[in-house]
Amino acid sequence: MNLVVNGKETNITDGLTISDLLVEENVKMPQMISVELNGQILKRSEFDQTVLKHDDKVEFLYFMGGGNVAD
Amino acid sequence: MSLTEQQMERYSRHIILEQVGGAGQEKLLASKVLIVGAGGLGAPAAVYLAAAGVGTIGIVDGDKVDLSNLQRQIIHHTPDVGKDKVLSAQNKIRAINPDTKVITYNQRVTAKNVAEIIRGYDFVVDGTDNFPAKFLVNDACYFEKIPFSHAGILQFDGQLITVVPGRTTCYRCIFGAPPPANAVPSCSQAGVLGVLAGVVGSLQATEAIKFLLGVGELLTNTLLTYNALSMEFRKVRLNRNPDCPLCGRKPRITELKDEEQIVCDLKTCKC
Repeated sequence: MNLVVNGKETNITDGLTISDLLVEENVKMPQMISVELNGQILKRSEFDQTVLKHDDKVEFLYFMGGGNVAD
Repeated sequence: MSLTEQQMERYSRHIILEQVGGAGQEKLLASKVLIVGAGGLGAPAAVYLAAAGVGTIGIVDGDKVDLSNLQRQIIHHTPDVGKDKVLSAQNKIRAINPDTKVITYNQRVTAKNVAEIIRGYDFVVDGTDNFPAKFLVNDACYFEKIPFSHAGILQFDGQLITVVPGRTTCYRCIFGAPPPANAVPSCSQAGVLGVLAGVVGSLQATEAIKFLLGVGELLTNTLLTYNALSMEFRKVRLNRNPDCPLCGRKPRITELKDEEQIVCDLKTCKC
């Protein structure tokens, strides 16, 4: 089935959850992101249970600081 | 207040813009913007806001200029290494535009001092470089009801969103709380393209000016993401989060609190 992940059309197998998609999309640090599904921010506790549907729009939103690692 | 002949000339390229005009320029001269962090994001924002004739610019930073800052923090120059960042920034702003009054706060924002610092400003630019400070600026602006521009940068990616507290999506609506300590990228994975900070900090200054003038559409309820490698800008629509711990239906955060600092420390880092 088709999904839109961060604005890009993606084809995935049926029945995947948000947690599965994070693995599939090779997100190395899932704790550094928030997930928006069809316009709603998901709770972290919902990642495992939320099964993706055809045409879902998913946004992975990354934590970003100010580029200074020493502070 | 009416513009002097010198000001008419200095701001002529603003004044001929229909959306600014003499009245808009007078508004800018009467405005107060606070820039939290005189670093990668705050430097270009301060330079452009000063050049634009924002009448009062407050700068908060407790650091001194380090040689490694100069790759991106364009308000600081080589002879400034070792000086207080707020004083270095103040000197440049004065040289750029004598119309701009600079108020310096040579300290870091904390839960104790932040409300008092931001109170009275029309708009805040969050140019901080760490997550606890970003959450603190968000929360303080919420409680003081001051609109602000949030931005973050990492490597070749940047993002920003404008928040009108209580009315539009806030930083906590999106991210809730700082990431856990073990998730923060190590030194070897971090780094940032200098000019990326310039792009994103200049976009923050653009939002500040639009807000002060009351023109255009603010970047509210929308996260603008930018990748310098692909040269791709994207707008991600973000609705307010009813479960937001700060501005949601049942707020759990009712007063300012310092979040724990959790970043890789270069001195002890083994990466």
